[in-house]
Amino acid sequence: MLTDNFILFVQIMSDIQIVEAPPGVEGSGFFATSIDKAIGLARSYSLWPLPFATSCCGIEFMATMASTYDLARFGAERMSFSPRQADLLMVMGTISKKMGPVLRQVYLQMAEPRWVLAMGACASSGGIFDTYSVLQGIDEIIPVDVYVPGCPPRPEAVIDGFMQIQKLVQTESVRRRSSPEYQKLLASYGIQ
Amino acid sequence: MTKITNEELLNSITAKFAGVTSVGEPFGLLTIETSREEIIDLLTFLKTDAKLQFIFLTDITAIHYPKQEKQIGVIYHLHSLVNNVRIRVKVFMDENDLHIPSATVLWDGANWMERETYDFFGVLFDGHPDLRRILNVDDMTVFPMRKEFPLEDPNRVDKRDYFFGR
Repeated sequence: MLTDNFILFVQIMSDIQIVEAPPGVEGSGFFATSIDKAIGLARSYSLWPLPFATSCCGIEFMATMASTYDLARFGAERMSFSPRQADLLMVMGTISKKMGPVLRQVYLQMAEPRWVLAMGACASSGGIFDTYSVLQGIDEIIPVDVYVPGCPPRPEAVIDGFMQIQKLVQTESVRRRSSPEYQKLLASYGIQ
Repeated sequence: MTKITNEELLNSITAKFAGVTSVGEPFGLLTIETSREEIIDLLTFLKTDAKLQFIFLTDITAIHYPKQEKQIGVIYHLHSLVNNVRIRVKVFMDENDLHIPSATVLWDGANWMERETYDFFGVLFDGHPDLRRILNVDDMTVFPMRKEFPLEDPNRVDKRDYFFGR
């Protein structure tokens, strides 16, 4: 009986995927890779998202965080409600023009490296709210890394968007944030 | 069941205010029109009259009819909780002279309603303690609910004609 349980346990264990090591040089007793890849790997599986949820997309995000979809599987179970400790700004919902400066302030308070995910039609483009009081996409005020389409997107789509962010994090050079291109991008938003 | 009919209500108003005219009773709601010189006296009468007792200010808002001579109208909704009857009062004004006395002397609740009406229509309530925008961004320069301002945002990029083969 004990043996049966142990075999079952091992079978379950074998389904668990562990992150593979990044490409590198391997030999007897050593493994060498570039620091970009090692840091990208570590960062991508320990992202601390800041949920900036203003409407129905926020409800879908709650489902994404809850047990069925469980964003914690991706190392993002720690929501940071302080922008100073967050890596990923997840903007979910309609951002009115009056909310714009608040969102911008939150983005400015985040430390580099920082990523932004725009979830849903409203955050990405204003959505159905083509009107004088609503910001027509958050990319009017802050740079966005990943757009998740949908109104609202299903939790699967949010997870897909999150995995796209993880890919960006994994492949990003450690020097990207001090590159002239990146400085130019920030300057185009009037940041710095 | 209301304790006062619209007819009785209108008679008791016109007995004191000759300038008031009835403009109909849509859905049983008596609607009267008056001038801005008379409006505060009329509201005071409606609120303090021992029989009518319109003590509750439901709403203040405005409306814009671009084709009318007096384009902008300020609209008051009052409710007599004792008599279970409502009334609507309209005051129309010329677009270039949007001054009307503030109802904050009667109801403190008029404060935010008048700020909202100013915010969206640009109606200036004289005597208001703090007349500034309440819902829109502070640096907005237009009054968005007036008909001459486009509802849609000009920065929208995904509704350009060429995306739809036009």
